[in-house]
Amino acid sequence: MKIGIVGYGVYIPHYRIKVEEIARVWGKNPEAIKDGLLIEEKAVPGPDEDTITISVEAARYAVARAGIDPTEIGAIYVGSESHPYSVKPSATTVAEAIGATPALTAADYEFACKAGTAAIQTCMGLVGAKLVKYGVAIGADVSQGAPGDELEYTTAAGGAAYIIGAGDSLIANFEGFFSFTTDTPDFWRRDGQPYPRHGGRFTGKPAYFKHTISAAKGLMEKLGTTPKDYNYIVLHQPNGKFPIRAASELGFNMDQIKTGLLCPKIGNTYSGSSLIGFANVLDKAKPGEKILLVSFGSGAGSDAFSVVVDDSIDQKRNKAPLVSHFLNPCVYIDYAIYAKYKQKFKVATLP
Amino acid sequence: MAAAARFWRKIPQRYNLIGTKCSACNKVYFPPRYICPVCRRAGKIEEFKLDGKGELVTYAVIYIAPRGFESQAPYIIGIVELDGGARVTTQIVDCDPKDVEIGMPVKAVFRKVNEDGESGVIYYGYKFTPMR
Amino acid sequence: MRDVAVIGVGCTKFDELWDTALRQLIVDAGRKAIEDAGITGEEIDALYIGNMSAGRFVDQEHIASLISDYAGLAASFHTPATRVESACASGGVAFRQAVMAIASGLHDIVIAAGVEKMTDVLPSETTFTLATAADQEWETFFGATFPSLYAMMARRHMHDFGTTREQLAMVAVKNHKNGCKNPNAQFQKEITIQDVLESPIVADPLRLLDCSPITDGAAVTVLCSADIAKRYTDTPVYVVGSGHATDTIALHDRISLTTLYAAVFAARRAYQMAKIEPKDINVAEVHDCFTIAEILAIEDLGFVKKGEGGKATEEGLTAIGGKIPVNPSGGLKAAGHPVGATGIKQIVEIVYQLREEANGRQVKGAEIGLAHNVGGSGGSAVIHILKR
Ligand SMILES: [Zn+2]
Repeated sequence: MKIGIVGYGVYIPHYRIKVEEIARVWGKNPEAIKDGLLIEEKAVPGPDEDTITISVEAARYAVARAGIDPTEIGAIYVGSESHPYSVKPSATTVAEAIGATPALTAADYEFACKAGTAAIQTCMGLVGAKLVKYGVAIGADVSQGAPGDELEYTTAAGGAAYIIGAGDSLIANFEGFFSFTTDTPDFWRRDGQPYPRHGGRFTGKPAYFKHTISAAKGLMEKLGTTPKDYNYIVLHQPNGKFPIRAASELGFNMDQIKTGLLCPKIGNTYSGSSLIGFANVLDKAKPGEKILLVSFGSGAGSDAFSVVVDDSIDQKRNKAPLVSHFLNPCVYIDYAIYAKYKQKFKVATLP
Repeated sequence: MAAAARFWRKIPQRYNLIGTKCSACNKVYFPPRYICPVCRRAGKIEEFKLDGKGELVTYAVIYIAPRGFESQAPYIIGIVELDGGARVTTQIVDCDPKDVEIGMPVKAVFRKVNEDGESGVIYYGYKFTPMR
Repeated sequence: MRDVAVIGVGCTKFDELWDTALRQLIVDAGRKAIEDAGITGEEIDALYIGNMSAGRFVDQEHIASLISDYAGLAASFHTPATRVESACASGGVAFRQAVMAIASGLHDIVIAAGVEKMTDVLPSETTFTLATAADQEWETFFGATFPSLYAMMARRHMHDFGTTREQLAMVAVKNHKNGCKNPNAQFQKEITIQDVLESPIVADPLRLLDCSPITDGAAVTVLCSADIAKRYTDTPVYVVGSGHATDTIALHDRISLTTLYAAVFAARRAYQMAKIEPKDINVAEVHDCFTIAEILAIEDLGFVKKGEGGKATEEGLTAIGGKIPVNPSGGLKAAGHPVGATGIKQIVEIVYQLREEANGRQVKGAEIGLAHNVGGSGGSAVIHILKR
């Protein structure tokens, strides 16, 4: 029995801020940042958007694309590091808003930027064991970078939802996955803190590269595949540079990398990052093509998936907006409006 | 501080535009009504889900915002006509005031509407954006 | 049904009255009205008090008892008192209750009063409370403010009939001009169209000077059965028409955004009772909580055709000296809008006009006057026609 994707949906907010604008505020050289991080601009949530609203929009599109009855969904997991509540699940609001309640299980996941792929794995298990017909896995974030921190150039907002099921009407199926997990404190946010802290250059080699490369290699070894077997590779995108370097080290070329690489235009959408890139690949892929998806979450771990595109892609693709719909047109805001929308200052109330 | 129940009982309407329809006269009501103003006791009220696509009937741009909406000002408030003539008062978002016009097609989106202070429940619900 | 007359009126200054509490406001206005009528407290059969929200504005409910008490009536006579609430139309509806009490034969002499103390809470709280006249669950919950509801009517009126931003401003300019001659008015200062157009935006297309202010104040009238009116005064003013109507509380549920059908129906009922037509009205006090509201009012009352209110204002039809002078008191815009008191203050002004006591703002030879009082965005309306 093939287990795979019966529907997917993405949501990226309408607003963008350019690297130049953030650099202007902090007196930095924008060209150096753009070259160093390979990023031009990032997606900014509106003042009324958060992980729940982004998840709902993405999930509604996923249901529309799948063409399923939402009451047949047996599980919903929302992966994020920016759940609006510390206690009270995002998943219940999403379940209600897509009409999946009440006969289902739901929970929120947190694993820095890879909570969404962890949610996919859980759904694969439930579907594979025939415990549920469909499971919804969401990765979404409205990530926070402290003003002035290097993270501020990349921390973005967006999300993707995947409906996992089994059978014949799949958009794509999973050949297998391999996860690589260690206790590596490269990036964290303590409870009650508004902004995360990170280990600077420590986030690179011992964290991002070690985990993504190990997971990808582990999977290819397990399946007996090589980079040549894949039409596309999609990695987590903390910036534009890291995924290109990791993919190159694994032996992939730019043709395989570029379709799934959205960070330069939308920034790092955290739990949404690799999943939005993956959606952009599904938007374009042909039946039979093969995709290597590798997430990364600080703390740290990577989930690598080998995915084969199925025949249903062509008939389902246009039943919901493509990723490109969210890339254009968008509205560019300056740093003051950005700070206002992100509620970085207290707004005066009427006396 | 409001009791959470006041918000919670309206989740079907606020999240999913579940209104009512009188099957005697076919009029659609949103927010839901318990009695049809046309047929009154001869009417038959049934649940009816509106599809969230509509047209802007009028609007204003609010500069002096009420509690909880301060950080959004200026923002657009409008009246949108949905299926069967049902109308809602709603924010029009992701849209510059100078690009709004009466008659513009709009669609429902899911947004944070307000919250019960910093520690209270977050209120989610519909807003509308221009059809793109 | 017995005929009813107004035999005494009184009003406080309308203003931000920092040193005066609600209970004192109503006593001050009441004393003036009772002295004007020449009655004694013992003769008062009942009190009807219009008040929108003492509970929110001064944390005090049960104000009927409070007012009877502080008027010196409760302990001595145990006079029955009733608070009436219909948002901004509370005063007008209280007046109607008094009229009905006398017309029915139940009472002979009744007080109809209105009071609102709006400055004892912060302005944000005051505006929140005013917005409770709208649908809290389906309008204000989604961020609608009270001015924005009227702004949406204004936008639609401009769209449908070509009413201009300047014509809206002309309502405020006229009412400020009238207010200059009213010693009780909150603003006694002329403004220009330019002043209105340059004032801060509240809810586009409406600006600050399109909006009535936050005001403290009280107004009181003394009514009695017409057959005994002459015992108390040589100049009774008769209540010849009274109409009251409701409409959907939410603006979005109305069949029109440019007609307040509550006002249309209340007017129809009042005209019918008075057996007169709109053209017979010599002077009117209308509910100009926002400039657009006066334009809607003169159309809904039948003074001009639907859609022609802006043009009529521009042409001076509603100015003192015009064909149908509207809001000689300055209206809500210039005289101030202590919500529960407004409907009674309108009656007070019409009584002054019909008694020819409106110094400096007198509409010459006015014999029939009309008061038009609206609740919320038009969920209720009450209209009275008075004749000397
Ligand atoms: Zn019906």
